[in-house]
Amino acid sequence: MSHDLHNRSRRTALKTLAAGAAATAASPLWLPRAFAADFVVGVIYVGPKDDYGYSQAQAQAAAAIKKMPGVKVIEQEKVAETTDVQKVMASMIEEDGAKLVFPTSFGYFDPHMLKMAEKYPQVRFAHCGGLWTEGKHPKNTASYFGYIDECQYLNGVCAGHATKSKKLGFIAAKPIPQVLRNINAFTLGAKSVKPDITTQVIFTGDWLLPVKEAEAANSLIDQGVDVITMHVDSPKVVVETCERRGIHVCGYHADQSALAPKGYLTGAEWNWLTPYTTHVKDAMAGKPLNNFLRGGLKEGFVKPSPYGKAVSEGARKQADAIKAQMMKGDFAIFKGELKDNTGKVVVPAGTVHKQTDVVLEQMNWLVAGVIGKV
Amino acid sequence: MEAVAALPANAGTRAPLASDAVRRAAEGLLIPLGALAVSMLLFGVFVLVLGKDPIAVYQLIWKGAFSTSFAWQNTLQRAAPLILTALCVAIPARAGLIVIGAEGALVLGGLAAAVSGHLLSGHAPLAVQLAMALAAMTAGAAWIALAGGLRHFRGVNETIGSLLLTYIAIALFNHFVEGPLRDPASLNKPSTMPIDEASMVGNLPGLDVHWGLVFGVVFCLACHVLVRHTVAGFALRVVGGNVRAARLAGLPVGALILGSCAVGGAAAGLAGMVEVAAVHGSANASLIAGYGYAGILVAFIARHNPLAIVPVAILVGGINASGSILQRRLDLPDATVLVLQGIAFMAILAAETLYGRARLFQPRGA
Amino acid sequence: MESEALGWYGVPIAVLGGAIRVSTPFLFVSLGECLTERSGRINLGLEGVLVMGAMSGYAVSFLTGNAWVGVLVAGLAGMALGLLHGLVCSLPRVSDIAVGIGLMLLGTGLAFFLGKPYVQPKAPTLPALHLGDWSASPQIQAALQINVLFLAGIALAIAMAWAFRATRWGLIVRMVGDSADAARAMGYPVAAVRTLCTAAGGFLAGVGGSFLSLYYPGSWNEGLSSGQGLMAVALVIFARWRPLACFWAALLFGGAGAIGPALQSVGVTGGYYLFNAAPYVLTLAIMIFTSSPNRTLAGAPGELSVTR
Repeated sequence: MSHDLHNRSRRTALKTLAAGAAATAASPLWLPRAFAADFVVGVIYVGPKDDYGYSQAQAQAAAAIKKMPGVKVIEQEKVAETTDVQKVMASMIEEDGAKLVFPTSFGYFDPHMLKMAEKYPQVRFAHCGGLWTEGKHPKNTASYFGYIDECQYLNGVCAGHATKSKKLGFIAAKPIPQVLRNINAFTLGAKSVKPDITTQVIFTGDWLLPVKEAEAANSLIDQGVDVITMHVDSPKVVVETCERRGIHVCGYHADQSALAPKGYLTGAEWNWLTPYTTHVKDAMAGKPLNNFLRGGLKEGFVKPSPYGKAVSEGARKQADAIKAQMMKGDFAIFKGELKDNTGKVVVPAGTVHKQTDVVLEQMNWLVAGVIGKV
Repeated sequence: MEAVAALPANAGTRAPLASDAVRRAAEGLLIPLGALAVSMLLFGVFVLVLGKDPIAVYQLIWKGAFSTSFAWQNTLQRAAPLILTALCVAIPARAGLIVIGAEGALVLGGLAAAVSGHLLSGHAPLAVQLAMALAAMTAGAAWIALAGGLRHFRGVNETIGSLLLTYIAIALFNHFVEGPLRDPASLNKPSTMPIDEASMVGNLPGLDVHWGLVFGVVFCLACHVLVRHTVAGFALRVVGGNVRAARLAGLPVGALILGSCAVGGAAAGLAGMVEVAAVHGSANASLIAGYGYAGILVAFIARHNPLAIVPVAILVGGINASGSILQRRLDLPDATVLVLQGIAFMAILAAETLYGRARLFQPRGA
Repeated sequence: MESEALGWYGVPIAVLGGAIRVSTPFLFVSLGECLTERSGRINLGLEGVLVMGAMSGYAVSFLTGNAWVGVLVAGLAGMALGLLHGLVCSLPRVSDIAVGIGLMLLGTGLAFFLGKPYVQPKAPTLPALHLGDWSASPQIQAALQINVLFLAGIALAIAMAWAFRATRWGLIVRMVGDSADAARAMGYPVAAVRTLCTAAGGFLAGVGGSFLSLYYPGSWNEGLSSGQGLMAVALVIFARWRPLACFWAALLFGGAGAIGPALQSVGVTGGYYLFNAAPYVLTLAIMIFTSSPNRTLAGAPGELSVTR
């Protein structure tokens, strides 16, 4: 039996070798690719594509783009935020003829993508999360981002209904504005259900630290927290730890309900297909590059995960109602008066921040009710 | 009498020194090349077992690393930091220490460079760059000298000690970059305050490779002269060969150990300064990119010889550069180049046993 | 589930729970390294072996549906890498410290390469023994959820300590480690004994790695290990090559790793990077205090290159 397998694998290997030799003789792999008619799109990930988190959400959009007619997608993962990514972008442009590049990690923006954009003015660069500013950044660069804090707000509403101890937990990597905005939205959503809810934050220090994330989850649970959500690159460990200890969890980046059938409430997911499609279609049609693309639930840039079994009827009703308002663009999460957790007023009474307000992308405070320091 | 007269004239004497040197040089070149060739072969077998075509892999590695001007610049850019971090391993190795803390020295050097570069904003670029380099080299030297000092004064194994210090250095770096030294304007990517645009280190004329490459080559040449052609270098090699003999001879062992660590640490610190001044413009988490660890590989393959470090760094840089194209064309994961490097490393180390013993290189008449 | 927050009492309980949870990989790796070093060889590549064990354990558990088979295969993978280390180091003039670094690189690279398809799928994990059910407090219950491997590790430490002291094999290993010449004079094959010990050490390290991916945190991805293999090597020196001391040291290190998150959960939020560096600082401090430049460390195997 094993002899048979051995022979079979040897045969396959020989076949591959022969095929490879024939193929390389026919169309040498080392020559520049001629994707003649195809429009080549390059996507660069900072982590692995299948991390159940940030990069996976981007990869799902890239996979959908691949199916568009006349589009060829080339991808590269685990690219560090150093000159490496500059060389990767240049390589995709020069060796594979990419016309539109998606550098998906935040750290690629400055200086790497900007440098490459200056070097290749004919190529479009669409960055995820960067703060593109008119006049400061080249015209062939763009940034897109989604207002996932809207879905974190809905997470918070469901958490608010589900919690009995009124203590929520948030495991985050670093205290940067995108993360703080999520923490605040989650807390505000929960407080709209029970105003005396608190959210305990633990910063692990980096985007992928599974042991620290598991420890953080356990510490929070030991302190009486009974709903946890997170903002780390791969939420898989936190979700599984919560399920093991029997508490509720709200997901992030992608749908993790399969990992926590009992405890999963809902989740905040990206739907990068919308901005990807916009950029690809615009580029193929020769339309000018949309430099600043933002959207929330209404524009389909983000979506909440389906409700889990543990979400009560009342929670569903309230969350659905708020979601409907958000879809119409009628709902503002950050409106005055809001105090941060040191007592300072951060949103004065009467001020209503629309989701598109750029000042929200520079957030550096934690709202009252959050236990933690920026 | 006849028996004695019948002996050949040079009986009892050994082969002349010139051919000794040739033999050593041949050994030093052919054995590592042989080991690298064996490792390429093993890697090819590995790839074959996984169902991919090894010939295609070799071709792509060549293409990605050395085939076009673009590939060469990619390779050189990646090799530049490796030259300096490899020195951080190679120089202490001459004193008999195995120090692997280059990553820690690099990040602290980068931090020092960023801070001093910002403090001197507005001054002449050359002065700022010089100050940054000095600050970085001091920080790196101090950190590795700490590892060396712990070894010399407290007997703490320097390999484990320097690696622990690396983790501690990275923690300190993160703490300062995201805390006290953080630039409030650097919101989503916590960084220190930026240095002047004018003080940034530029590219070599006509190439897409920054001056860090030249810094590395110059540093290597300087180290070569230091180790091979100065008294201090000779004393260092004695310490590395036999510490007790060095002590008996009255050599200042402590000073030599600390000095070699300081030089190595300075090189790694300079690599950090180059990363800040040529690439990022400030110190942030992107500085922690594994250059220190890759430098260990380069140093061992080059057998701790400063001159050999440059071509080996180019080789390793080339392999890393080709990782890109392997991912895109053959759908191989990025860890492919890690496996190749691991196999090469083990082969080089295993080949150590051949030095002085391979029949091909025995002196005539031995 | 209603549960009282423990406030500051929660910190020692979290540290205890963390000590038990996080210490098991340390325990296995250090016991394996203890065996290897007692025979006179140092294997720094256990970091790579740990990662390889984690990946192979998870992959096999996923493919076969049985976590225990995963643990076994993880051990075998570790043994193969340990064998490689042992064989290469048996060649004359090869530095075991350098080969260890190479093994670290190779093991990690192989694990990342082969483990790509297993980052996403969910594999069956190891069961836990609920030893804390006597307590009404869910926190203590959770802290005392002990894995069988932890108990196996304790048993192994005791067995190893006894074996070194009282069995013929233990004596052979110690002799090979203390004086190769004496062992050769007695007719024992030094290189073979060291290679076997390194391979056995690799087996244990592989099992330790499988704990990470199959129990806690219970998932495979590329950030799983953060120097635990190397800390375990330092741990062995700290424990003066005594298996039972390795157990206590492993608990200490596991607890140190849990301090950062535990303190943050009670509101001590400043300087979390520094708290997270606690295990490394602890290791370094211990090494500084227990090493001496003049005398070889008491209890060190005479042939060990790291202490000569």
